[in-house]
Amino acid sequence: MSAPRINWGWWAMTGVLGALMVFTLFPFYWALVSSFTPDAALFRDPSLWPREIILDHYRALFDERDFFTPIRNSLIVAGTTTLFCLTVGTLAAYALARLEFRGKAAIMAFILAVTMFPQISIVSPLYLLLRSLRLIDTYPGLIMPYMTFAMPLTVWVLTGSIRQIPRDLEEAAHVDGATRRQSFTRILLPLAVPSLATTGILTFIYCWNEFLFALSFTLGPERQTVPVAIALFRGQYQVPWGQILAAAVIATAPVAAMVLLFQRRIVQGLTAGAVKG
Amino acid sequence: MRSEARLGWMLVAPALGVIALIAIFPLGWTFWESLHLHELRMPWLGKPFVGAGNYVEIAKDPRFWSALGHTAFFTFVSISLELLIGLFLALAMNRAFRGRGFVRAAVLVPWAIPTVVAALLWRFIFESQGGIANELLVNVGILDQPIVWFIRTWTAWIPVILADVWKTTPFVALLLLAGLQNIDLTLYEAAAVDGANPWWQLRHITLPLLKPAILVTLIFRTLDGFRVFDLIYVLTGGGPGTTTEPVALYTFNALLQNLRFGYGSALSVVIFSVTFGIALLYVKGLGVKLAGDER
Amino acid sequence: MARIALEHVEKVYPNGYVAARDLSLDVADGELLVLVGPSGSGKSTILRLMAGLEPVTGGVIRIGERDVTDLPPQQRDIAMVFQNYALYPHMTVRENLGFGLTIRKQPVVVVDQRVRTVAASLGLDALLDRKPAQLSGGQRQRVALGRAIVREPLAFLFDEPLSNLDAQLRVETRVELSRLHRKLGATMVYVTHDQSEALTLGDRIAVLNEGVLQQIATPMQLYHQPANKFVAGFIGSPAMNFLEGVIRREGPSNVRTFRGIDLALDVPLDREAPGRVFLGVRPQHLEVVGETATGDGTLRGEVGVVEPMGNEQIVYVTLSGGDRLVAVAPPQQQVAPGDTVAIRVRLEGAHIFDAETGARL
Repeated sequence: MSAPRINWGWWAMTGVLGALMVFTLFPFYWALVSSFTPDAALFRDPSLWPREIILDHYRALFDERDFFTPIRNSLIVAGTTTLFCLTVGTLAAYALARLEFRGKAAIMAFILAVTMFPQISIVSPLYLLLRSLRLIDTYPGLIMPYMTFAMPLTVWVLTGSIRQIPRDLEEAAHVDGATRRQSFTRILLPLAVPSLATTGILTFIYCWNEFLFALSFTLGPERQTVPVAIALFRGQYQVPWGQILAAAVIATAPVAAMVLLFQRRIVQGLTAGAVKG
Repeated sequence: MRSEARLGWMLVAPALGVIALIAIFPLGWTFWESLHLHELRMPWLGKPFVGAGNYVEIAKDPRFWSALGHTAFFTFVSISLELLIGLFLALAMNRAFRGRGFVRAAVLVPWAIPTVVAALLWRFIFESQGGIANELLVNVGILDQPIVWFIRTWTAWIPVILADVWKTTPFVALLLLAGLQNIDLTLYEAAAVDGANPWWQLRHITLPLLKPAILVTLIFRTLDGFRVFDLIYVLTGGGPGTTTEPVALYTFNALLQNLRFGYGSALSVVIFSVTFGIALLYVKGLGVKLAGDER
Repeated sequence: MARIALEHVEKVYPNGYVAARDLSLDVADGELLVLVGPSGSGKSTILRLMAGLEPVTGGVIRIGERDVTDLPPQQRDIAMVFQNYALYPHMTVRENLGFGLTIRKQPVVVVDQRVRTVAASLGLDALLDRKPAQLSGGQRQRVALGRAIVREPLAFLFDEPLSNLDAQLRVETRVELSRLHRKLGATMVYVTHDQSEALTLGDRIAVLNEGVLQQIATPMQLYHQPANKFVAGFIGSPAMNFLEGVIRREGPSNVRTFRGIDLALDVPLDREAPGRVFLGVRPQHLEVVGETATGDGTLRGEVGVVEPMGNEQIVYVTLSGGDRLVAVAPPQQQVAPGDTVAIRVRLEGAHIFDAETGARL
């Protein structure tokens, strides 16, 4: 909307925006406060301000429940998938963004279509496949299925990003005598580093958050990832909300930090893939 | 140049290969399975070919149709809310103001956390005994007494939809924001000079020019809505009973709980077809240019 | 330095669009050839074909004596200055200048020395360690130029290098380029859509329209002896006036009339039958006289707009028949909008073009 500012409009907008901010941040705040509240007090007359702060839940997470393991598992799976997809995906994205060959449109359509796959549709065959390869409850047993969404996502976003780098520069490099490989490594790659980082972050986030495959293809706490571990927290008599919330806070904190630091990048990456068509 | 084509295919091959192996091959398998009777709990039945048998059963399965209805309801309500709020957010974030970066980041965090964590947060908020939602509503006077949210279907939907809107509106807002930023500012200036007020500008400049972005958002969100799993698994488990069960959860239960692989596969194929059909419809409507057009 | 030859070159895109058709062109060693034409005329495409950035669909390209038609740009030993300069944003000016040499594994000492020499000659010494984003438009242009010079290529290709500069800078840089050409004695191919740029810079000019070469000649030849109506109308500012009409033969002699003007033709028309033609007259050859003037070769009309240019006035006249003419009048002449005037046509500089083919007769 343009310049003429009607005062009441501005106030209304700010008011609604404020309300939305509260709505957005409240669950985190509440989880944080509750994670410091002893079990007994959790549902008894809850108050918006913390009455007491204890660290029992956090301690229990690591001492009694070994929360380190799921974190380690998530890191390994998400990290490996991301690295692999970035490497292979960059090559494919370069080809799709810079080279002319027949079938390019079909490939792009295909990749787009795969991102639309409902995961549930391939859970059972993947399960049977992994079982026959004895990969159930292993790292490769998660990394491989994760490629189904990580690879198309990576290629799609990277292709969009590379397209935004002007061709002029590589053409100038070619005229100056650089071979295709030289122009790729010396000109394109350095300029594509921000996009690579962004795509990497996006892919990592998607892998970290994945639930269905992790749930289906792991059997026990040794290989479960963070989302699965949290969802399956069982208490002796009741749902251990204190610990669940503590785990939620821990699961959220690094993500929140990444988002705060890289929000501009993330936004660019998301929209480079999506809106450009 | 022919060598360019060769290089192109070589570079794309690894990625394509992985995708084909991990996505297409299992899909074919699922389709094949769906044509058989395959009850892992009753191995003595073997694995006979039943053709369309599973599909016929699906068509007669009331639980399936309910699940489809739940999915459609959920998708429709969520998307409507998300579009409205998302549009508002996008418009607000389009002008520079102090703290805009913070708003953008804050709004992104729900999107970035695992869905299960989001679901747990909201489950906690809506716990019937001493959950903060009940506390606040009773204190403010909207409710006489706390509601047991997850005991009745229509009250169970509320936290589900709320959680989904909370989590995905940021994504919608971002897509719309990108579309907004592509609109030439001078159009608004010209309209202002011609005497148009902000409402008119919204209706006649912003919304029409935002249509492509809105359509893209609709595609992605509709597809996501139809595939919903994590959220409901953790929030309601499909309950009470099976009254909030979406198709993906139903399929999951059929496959990995009841171990009805043939039937579950048929369900999978149906879900896939529906989502693919929706995607096709939208893409045709958009006429998305897929290979780029830069020369 | 080398000559560049295009022999029957053709470029057709997969969607059927023809960018160049049976194009043959020769750039002599050390010559500055300008490719000029309106947007879409194919001039940039031809430049890119020379550079090897796009493959030809037919014909041969030679640089020097080598057939480079199938060679990629890396191996053609030419340098190109792009419209948007295409400076590598993540490299310093020094690295940008030296890129072509570094890529070819030239020893660092050699690279460094050449970079410094060229930078000095272009006034870039102080900027060597800056990045392109920190430079002004004019400075970037010079870096783009320097990058090409450092390579000491067989030929230079320029793709509308001045179009991103403001008017004054454009004129200054134009002079610099001319000087550079003379100093280096290099073979240069220069693309522009600005005909005045073409006239001032080129040893020879090739005029293109819709992928077809219209005429290739020296500036003066183009101006005084345009091959067809397009060239005549494109070259020269203000543009040539065209009057459409029929040439009739009056009587047995060589006299023809054109819309009431008697023409004494020094070039005999072959065709006897009257043909529809365009009479082309440059504004400089139209005299604005008072309305009382009569006589052969006068046309009547009303003045629309007068643009005072300092050393002359540009007068826009609408004739009684509806045609519009542009004339040039000396600065002291009293002409004002609304005046009724007569226009005298000085026929020495006039041309006749066939109405259909556009060729000059």
